[in-house]
Amino acid sequence: MHSFGTRLNTVLTLAALILALLCTLTSLSDNFNNNNKPSSVKAHVEVLKVNRFRKQLSGNDEVSLTLNISVDLRSAFTWNTKQVFVFVAAEYETAKNSLNQISLWDHIIQDKDHAKFQTQITTKYLLIDQGSNLRGKNIKLVLHWYIMPKTGRTIENKMVMSDFRLPEAYT
Amino acid sequence: MDWQGQKLSEQLMQIMLLAFSVVAFLTGYSSGSFQTMLLVYAAGVVLTALISVPNWPFFNRHPLKWLEPIEAERSPKPQLASKKKPSKSHQK
Repeated sequence: MHSFGTRLNTVLTLAALILALLCTLTSLSDNFNNNNKPSSVKAHVEVLKVNRFRKQLSGNDEVSLTLNISVDLRSAFTWNTKQVFVFVAAEYETAKNSLNQISLWDHIIQDKDHAKFQTQITTKYLLIDQGSNLRGKNIKLVLHWYIMPKTGRTIENKMVMSDFRLPEAYT
Repeated sequence: MDWQGQKLSEQLMQIMLLAFSVVAFLTGYSSGSFQTMLLVYAAGVVLTALISVPNWPFFNRHPLKWLEPIEAERSPKPQLASKKKPSKSHQK
């Protein structure tokens, strides 16, 4: 502590150490909030219409759907939440893969004011199978949401929304 | 800065930084804003640096008192020994 430089260095070093501690405490505080529990979130996703169901030239089945999505993710936001990434995945089983998971729609929620909404949209991404197994297939729609914090680990959550059976014939 | 001043400035720095971090965390958590916490803490760090880093007069209240240079007069500087005889006997 004998010179200006040493004192400045000491202050900045200790300040950075305490800043790291503050960030650790902040991410630990997430354990006391229930924003990481799926039960606090209300959401509903259902298929309104099959727009297109066909076999591509390559031989893979391709489906375009219209979805009705209503989501209330306000409880996911705490003081340590930077944004929430939410996506709807179609999940089904085939002989080749025990779990196929295909993202149909996604969205980034930047703040709590935009965390509750309801839309009817055609799927952002087509449901394309590996092969031709989709006729009459039972498909689960699953809502996934990843809570991205300002400091700490990303919290991943999911909730099964609804079942849907694809038609037996192409359109 | 004298010895007492150095001790004082280090203690001031540690206590102020810790106090500001506690205040910042509590304000941030209770107001639900991470940004508030960072701003309060940053203000605290700047204030701490302003207080404990410059050589303020109140760090110099205990100047060191050196002894009078009596001893030096009593035993004057040893002369350089002649080059041919390496120093076995010092002059007194």
